[in-house]
Amino acid sequence: MKALRAVFAATTALCAASAANATDLEVTHWWTSGGEAAAVAEFAKAFDATGNKWVDGAIAGSGGTARPIMISRITGGDPMGATQFNHGRQAEELVEAGLMRDLTDIAEEGNWKEVVRPSSLLDSCTLDGRIYCVPVNIHSQQWLWLNNKVFEDNGLAVPSNWDEYVAAAPKLEEAGIVPLAMGQQPWQTTLAFQVLLVALIGPDAYTQVFGGKDADLAAGPEMAKVFQAAATARDMAKNSNVQNWNDATTMVITGKAAGQIMGDWAQGEFQVANQVAGEDYSCLPGLGVNEVIMTGGDAFYFPKVDDEAITAAQGELAKVMLSPETQVAFNLKKGSLPVRGDVDLNAANDCMKKGLDILAKGNVIQSPDQLMSADSLTQVNDLFVEFFNSPSMTAEDAQKLFASIVANAD
Amino acid sequence: MAAATKPSRWHRNLNAKLAAIPMIVTALVVFIGGTVWTVVYSFTNSKLLPREKFVGLAQYDRLWSSSKWLISIENLAIYGAFSLVFSLLIGFVLAALLDQKIRFEDTFRTILLYPFALSFIVTGLAWQWILNPDFGVQQVVRNLGWESFAFDPLYNPEIVIYGILIAGLWQGTGLIMCLMLAGLRGIDEDIWKAAKIDGIPMWKTYIFIVIPMMRGIFITAIVLIASGIIKVYDLVVAQTGGGPGISSEVPAKYVYDAMFLSQNLGQGFAASTMMLLTVVIIVVPWAYLEFGGKRK
Amino acid sequence: MTKAPHLLKASMTYDGGPADTGPDMSLRPGSGASAANRIVDGPAGRKPRKALSRRNILIYGTLIVVCLYYLLPLYVMIVTSLKGMPEIRLGNIFAPPVEVTFQPWVKAWAEACTGLNCDGLSRGFFNSVKILVPSVILSIIIASINGYALANWRFKGSETFFTILIVGAFIPYQVMIYPIVIMLREVGLYGSLTGLVIVHTIFGMPILTLLFRNYFASVPQELFKAARVDGAGFWAIYFQIMVPMSLPIFVVAMILQVTGIWNDFLFGVIYTKPDLYPMTVQLNNIVNSTQGVKEYNVNMAATILTGLVPLTIYFISGKLFVRGIAAGAVKG
Repeated sequence: MKALRAVFAATTALCAASAANATDLEVTHWWTSGGEAAAVAEFAKAFDATGNKWVDGAIAGSGGTARPIMISRITGGDPMGATQFNHGRQAEELVEAGLMRDLTDIAEEGNWKEVVRPSSLLDSCTLDGRIYCVPVNIHSQQWLWLNNKVFEDNGLAVPSNWDEYVAAAPKLEEAGIVPLAMGQQPWQTTLAFQVLLVALIGPDAYTQVFGGKDADLAAGPEMAKVFQAAATARDMAKNSNVQNWNDATTMVITGKAAGQIMGDWAQGEFQVANQVAGEDYSCLPGLGVNEVIMTGGDAFYFPKVDDEAITAAQGELAKVMLSPETQVAFNLKKGSLPVRGDVDLNAANDCMKKGLDILAKGNVIQSPDQLMSADSLTQVNDLFVEFFNSPSMTAEDAQKLFASIVANAD
Repeated sequence: MAAATKPSRWHRNLNAKLAAIPMIVTALVVFIGGTVWTVVYSFTNSKLLPREKFVGLAQYDRLWSSSKWLISIENLAIYGAFSLVFSLLIGFVLAALLDQKIRFEDTFRTILLYPFALSFIVTGLAWQWILNPDFGVQQVVRNLGWESFAFDPLYNPEIVIYGILIAGLWQGTGLIMCLMLAGLRGIDEDIWKAAKIDGIPMWKTYIFIVIPMMRGIFITAIVLIASGIIKVYDLVVAQTGGGPGISSEVPAKYVYDAMFLSQNLGQGFAASTMMLLTVVIIVVPWAYLEFGGKRK
Repeated sequence: MTKAPHLLKASMTYDGGPADTGPDMSLRPGSGASAANRIVDGPAGRKPRKALSRRNILIYGTLIVVCLYYLLPLYVMIVTSLKGMPEIRLGNIFAPPVEVTFQPWVKAWAEACTGLNCDGLSRGFFNSVKILVPSVILSIIIASINGYALANWRFKGSETFFTILIVGAFIPYQVMIYPIVIMLREVGLYGSLTGLVIVHTIFGMPILTLLFRNYFASVPQELFKAARVDGAGFWAIYFQIMVPMSLPIFVVAMILQVTGIWNDFLFGVIYTKPDLYPMTVQLNNIVNSTQGVKEYNVNMAATILTGLVPLTIYFISGKLFVRGIAAGAVKG
């Protein structure tokens, strides 16, 4: 018995030693802006502290540029050590094809099921009861950002919900201000639509349409309201001719525009411009109507490799990414919310705290990435891009097309 | 006798055949093989990874009912037609001007050619900036006092493809000009003398005598321009990203987006098959006549 | 092919022209090569009259206007790269910098961040060179041999393979990404420099082979025949006769390949690993980071820096380029 224990101790020591040996682990991701890179640096720092070495493989240009590279590398049989994907179904097939490492052991050891909140995040990393990815943050997109000064200067009260905001639009336009700033990239218009949907007819309807692919609901009268609101938004944004979301945010910050529907990452722009939440700008989660947030975000996957040293390093990285200290450090820099419910975020500002509150209440919905395939989502994107860019397209026509996409979605 | 000559004939060209192996392998394995592979998988519903789940023509049905694809084709047709015509026209006119025994020919030629050294990404970025209504040409003209001046091709869905064309021509005409110049230099001086003696006006000499003599140059130029047109992708991505809306989408971008953004390989392969089919219908008969014929 | 269309026949006789017209022709290069020599002799157009004739004003006027248009983007890029951000925000992109600063250039070269690596473009520069040199050399060797075989040693099917190559020039690169990933994986070259060099060689092959084939076809048959009579074989003729008289076309091929390979982003990033990523990857990262303030001056400096290598080659070899093009493209 003693001998056995000694052997056991020796093997654990050996394991520990091999983990302590510096192993280079290549990590690919598309976080290249200042704030993002600072956040990644927190991961790298924590990982390097375990005695391994983070080899950075950053590729800018969002997932569209980076993903083909990542997928080629994995299918080409020369995978990186770890790679970023969005939460959801993007990597599903790679997992099914057996190219991704099963992390269930590490997850059980770290009790992820208990600490990760909301549980849906871990669900989208799970296939057939096995866990394949590490969720690292929560980005929510249900926000309306408003420039307080613009409203006050024009003798208007700062709106507290969507209807008040719409009512204020004509007067803003008279004053030469664009009521709603909107970038013209496809995902931004889709985001605006989804936010309107959740705010106006509720999270259940949203889940029913995107998750349940309920074409009847998509074609129904409730949904017609959303399309009418989208047409209104299109009208309010007709003088906004920027492409990037951050250019649209800049319009709000400088007072050229009154507001923008955008995710919590917009807050970074306000902070860079030294604006104070609650004073200079307001944020209305769920457009002030239905205060729920969507739990999208990023996750890391670990491709299967033969090399034992790399496998060990992958395990280390997975643990490090979810450790409470790294979660706090990373998410403060990234401007997103941590995936652990048991950490303390004192440094968070007003808007972030609103988000944390909603999260604590459990008012969350899944992101479309988690509910619908990338393919169907692109069709939805294409539709809304067309809708928001062609004033001649009626809400009714758009709704018909939307319903047919939903009917054929997977 | 026949048995004796066969091996020797085979042997005679052995070195040439051996030397051509890389070309043969590329032609058969990469181009033909890759094409066949693409066509086969266009009949599947492959998503992120190629899979052999055949769905017949479903991908094609969807392709042709997608307004994004239809707009892409329309844009490519407009871009292609204008690009081909203007590249040849501008290239030829510039070459003819440079061929007038002028001073500083080297300088002019270098200036006209340098954009070709820059990638499409760079070209796209530079022009995106110049055409930006808040910083660029429009604003500058307005500052000069013409307040209502509007020139924002990249922000106007109706004319955005022409905004891309401006940048594309800027980048590519220099090379065509060089080709044309080379061709003009290949024309015998006696022809000009003869034309002058016969009293044929200069423009007529160019159109009816010189241009037909430059057939080879035009073919090389057209191959270069046309293969560039089909592949136009980076320029659009760098300048507009396909916007505003989907008004400047092009087929190569449709393929890329289908394969890597929507993770629907089958759809991407179907779109590329349509592109390949078009190329084959147009290019193969011509290429065969041009290059495949047995010559003396 | 006996019933070839009229036009084709015409071109065939034109093509074959110089080589068949008398013994002294063997001393002169073929039509393509002679065209090249004419570059040195000067233009062929009608002779200009007075220095300030209306015609001259028209010609120079047009050329100068066109050149200004061509120089505009470069001017904007350079001017912008020398301005500070506050000055850029003020507007006018055409105004010269009030206060010249080289900080954006320093930043683009040595400080701009790609993820965690804040050493700017310098990081990718040597990788680009490492990719460029073997790719250019290999692709030119292979394409020149192809062209030589196609022009002088035709065998059954050679023209068919060439036709396939030409059609291959029209295939969008994106379409070939996956098939090539699979092929490289199967031969075990995926992710290696060798694999990338092969990919560049493959995609450079159609146009280069076309150019070399046309050039070698314009070399007088007599030279070739005489060498054959002397007993020279395939390789002897290639190395002793063809290569020495083909400098211009090698220059053209080099310029085209240097431009194409140096500017490549897609292949470099898909078929290699981060420690081999070319400069364009850093450029992409610098200009494509959408979050935060866009530093236009750094973007422009990075853009110019990345373009410097092909630009330099153009400026150095400008005359040879036209000469080579003349030689390689005159014949169809």
